Amino acid sequence: MNPAYSVILFTTASGAGYGLLALLGLVGFNHGPVSIFAFGITAIIIALGLITIGLLSSTLHLGHPERAWRAFSQWRSSWLSREGVAAVATYVPALLFGVVWTDIIHAPAIVGPLGLLTGIMCAITVFCTAKIYSTLKTIRAWNNALTEPVYLAFALATGGALMTAIATVFGRYQIFQAILTGAAVILVAVLKYFYWRSIDSAERTHTMAAATGLGTGVRQWEVPHTAENYIMKEMGFAVARKHALKLRNSVFFLLLISLLALAACQITPWFSFIAVLAVLVAAVFERWLFFAEAQHVVSLYYGAEKA
Amino acid sequence: MTSLPTPQPNQKKLGLVIDLDTCVGCQACATSCKEWNTQGYSAPLTDTNPYGADVSGVWLNRIHGYEVNEEGRDDSRVVNFPRSCLHCETPACVTVCPTGATYKRAEDGIVLVNPDTCIGCKLCSWACPYGAREYDHTVGVMKKCTLCVDRIYNTNLEPEDRAPACVKACPTGARHFGDLGDPNSDVSQLVKAREGYDLLPEMGYKPVNKYLPPRKRRDATSSKQIALPKGDGSAMDRLFSWADKMLSGKSSAASAKQEDYSDKLEG
Repeated sequence: MNPAYSVILFTTASGAGYGLLALLGLVGFNHGPVSIFAFGITAIIIALGLITIGLLSSTLHLGHPERAWRAFSQWRSSWLSREGVAAVATYVPALLFGVVWTDIIHAPAIVGPLGLLTGIMCAITVFCTAKIYSTLKTIRAWNNALTEPVYLAFALATGGALMTAIATVFGRYQIFQAILTGAAVILVAVLKYFYWRSIDSAERTHTMAAATGLGTGVRQWEVPHTAENYIMKEMGFAVARKHALKLRNSVFFLLLISLLALAACQITPWFSFIAVLAVLVAAVFERWLFFAEAQHVVSLYYGAEKA
Repeated sequence: MTSLPTPQPNQKKLGLVIDLDTCVGCQACATSCKEWNTQGYSAPLTDTNPYGADVSGVWLNRIHGYEVNEEGRDDSRVVNFPRSCLHCETPACVTVCPTGATYKRAEDGIVLVNPDTCIGCKLCSWACPYGAREYDHTVGVMKKCTLCVDRIYNTNLEPEDRAPACVKACPTGARHFGDLGDPNSDVSQLVKAREGYDLLPEMGYKPVNKYLPPRKRRDATSSKQIALPKGDGSAMDRLFSWADKMLSGKSSAASAKQEDYSDKLEG
């Protein structure tokens, strides 16, 4: 699949934003209103900013961004529609949580429930994003039981690293932030290891024989057009498979760097900035591979023997 | 509404039956489709840089060529393979649509895209295993086969012209149009008689369009049989056979006896 940069930016930025927002919600749930206003307001703005940038960038790859509002209508059948609804709905508890957590409006009693609700909505939205991909039977690498866990774990890891770094700036670094983020990074690494093992070893159940009905002795003789068409450009992206192993190893390497940086936060918490950078770059690499490595069933009509 | 309509008893299922035995790969269906649909329901079917080096364009019908090796034969045959929307009974392209722009018609099962509400997110094209949907970058919406919905019910046309453009254009009668929900229709009977089949049946989208397999090849018409001359045992033939043996030398004399000229097909 062609890795569209707008979609990669959308899923990584909004994932980090939702991860950060969910963790702030849980912090509020545990501790009530934030003790330093500047920390609270900065963290909330960064979280909602990343989410908003992500959502706006996801409309960039639309043919008609001005019609994007129509995407809220088909939540009964479409995960893309559900994601849109969940994303917009999350703003309501998130903004309310933001103003009571930072004590702009003094209502300490509802900080906890709003924080919890915000966290749950964040998880639902990221889950819906992953579902858009995991429900596509045409793409074996996405139609995988680990797709949703990976999206959720990456949101937690990137969000946790951001929280640690922002807390550091305002002198609010605490060891639980580094430990929680480190656990999420380890979870990502484990899930990705099993995900890649799963897609590499899975049986290729669709064949050119079944796609054409012409038996096992069929092979491509002539393509239907003299130039690449939309199908070949969008679904036929295969260049990355050549470099997949190198890029996969870089993801693991970056995750390791972020783990070491998180451990080094015990020396000085400013190492959390290295952790943020490493885990975000790892997320972008991983998301690029998620698209670029995925083979679409339609490739069977264009010469692939199995999919 | 992108939820699928509930099938009714005797549900009408309009679709195509494509005969891979008679298709000659002439592209008449594809060009006729393009000609009709670039001014019809899906208009325009944009071409970008049509006379330049980097040609690109939207087509609703693509004709592949496949080489098929049949078991027990050492030669192969070419099968021309038109590919377009199969108007599935349970299409994933419809249910993934976030806006309701793409829908399956309850009355005849045709799958359409409303170009006024499509946001161009391309998710439907990802969900389709058959590559039936092509995105129009210029217009910013998805395009697909409409089964010429603007022809088949068009009372401004003569009754015999109320068929998809591709069906009307096919010079060998390889494309058939009709109601595949009616077991007594001509197309259903044809599918039954010729053992028509579904593409990628295991994916479960239940395509309405059917493909008729190429008939078993008769040996008398195989290209190899005609291309290779056989000795007829006449005096002249025996003379050439003797000359061949003399000129071939010892090592190849044995094989020359078999009258196999297959290595001479290429100069």
